[in-house]
Amino acid sequence: MSANGVTALSIDDFTRILRESAGEEEAVDLSGDIADVLFTDLGYDSLALLEVAGRITRDFGVALPDEGLDGAETPRAFVDLVNSALSGS
Amino acid sequence: MTATATRPVITGIGVAAPTGLGADAHWAAIVEGANGIAEITRFDASGYPVRLAGEVPGFEAADHIPSRLLPQTDHMTRLALYAAGEALNDSGLDLAALPPYQAGVSSASSMGGFEFGQRELQNLWSKGGRFVSAYQSFAWFYAVNTGQISIRHGLKGPSSAVVTDQAGGLDAIGHARRQIRKGTKVMLAGGVDGALCPLGLAGQLASGRLSPEDRPERAYLPFDEAASGHVPGEGGAYVVLEDPASAEERGARVYGELAGYAATFDPDPRDPETDGLERAIRAALADADRTPDAIAVVFADAAGVPEADRAEAAALTAVFGARGVQVAVPKAQTGRLYAGGAALDLVSALLTLRDGSVPPTAHVTSVAADCPVDLVTGQARPLTGDAALVLARGEGGFNAAAVVTTTN
Repeated sequence: MSANGVTALSIDDFTRILRESAGEEEAVDLSGDIADVLFTDLGYDSLALLEVAGRITRDFGVALPDEGLDGAETPRAFVDLVNSALSGS
Repeated sequence: MTATATRPVITGIGVAAPTGLGADAHWAAIVEGANGIAEITRFDASGYPVRLAGEVPGFEAADHIPSRLLPQTDHMTRLALYAAGEALNDSGLDLAALPPYQAGVSSASSMGGFEFGQRELQNLWSKGGRFVSAYQSFAWFYAVNTGQISIRHGLKGPSSAVVTDQAGGLDAIGHARRQIRKGTKVMLAGGVDGALCPLGLAGQLASGRLSPEDRPERAYLPFDEAASGHVPGEGGAYVVLEDPASAEERGARVYGELAGYAATFDPDPRDPETDGLERAIRAALADADRTPDAIAVVFADAAGVPEADRAEAAALTAVFGARGVQVAVPKAQTGRLYAGGAALDLVSALLTLRDGSVPPTAHVTSVAADCPVDLVTGQARPLTGDAALVLARGEGGFNAAAVVTTTN
């Protein structure tokens, strides 16, 4: 369980954080099913994901491994990484 | 004309200034003598010895800047993106049709993104390093406007950021000319600054040159016997410089030609008595192949500090004679915009040549006896002539001068 009691991150929560932390591309519809769309296709670079990771680290009190982030290329992969960190902590 | 003597033409202008958002609004305001200086609203400045500034009015960032860029940009970068976008639109260029690497951007900056940096420093100090934005890595930086504009518009040609305080607005344009002479077809050049936050104002106060006067119409009075320093401002301008052959080929509307440019540094170790600004003026005139009597109007640096005003008046007198050329200071209506100031003056000079009307220097009522300059005050004055000289002095000894002319 995380510091603030949240045990799991949903794709919807993740999308909201993504939008708040890094904005959204005009040509991309984040409200659609984006779970398996590559971040590069959604318009997010590594720095945007670093910003998102920082926000999640703070809000959920969870440590995300840098090497794991490098391999998370879609929202689903990112959320899975966060949730496994949450359940392990 | 040889390739190395190419004189670029200006085919687009974009402005974000305390006198208005957009070149048309700015021009209308300065001709009318409207005042862009007022009490600071961007933060509570009541505890500071300086409470006036020139703020860009009516700028809603979300209306102009894509959401993807909002979390990663300082206020001044958003203003720069606005001015750069307006200049490119105004030029009518189809950037996508240009060959790759044929368009670049050259920006001047004096302070970078102070407001963004202050917020992240506060986060670091009060909450810890994990609360500092990843975007702090570049959002505060001097080169950030060049980078964001380059990415936004796909300007992959030679690009740079120059840091020479107020002289930077001209130095960036001079650098752009160099790139065009080397073969780049299009350069977007100019400067935007803005640090109206507690940290930024504290840094500017350290210069000792800010006016403590709290009446907006009495605080920044360059060349006036009541001069007491300057008012800080935010904003600036970008211009599109183009190779004249390319501009003609596409039938571009041309505001004028960058006929001459020069930069000097104070003091000259070989001749420490010679004023660096005078050397810059003479070099820019020679570069433009013009004699002093061919200059119809000068846009002065106009520090608003008595000693600096006297030195500038002496340089103008040495070149043009006492009251030998009319002088305009529209920055009396905006405050000093640092890297944005001279770029905005260059735009104002082009519009002065276009409309044959010299904007008045607002608020100045009594030109100091030891500043023998023919300052245009009261109301706009008709202009006869086709060449304007723009001057800028940067803190630390930087001088720059540019000559713009109409093309026939």
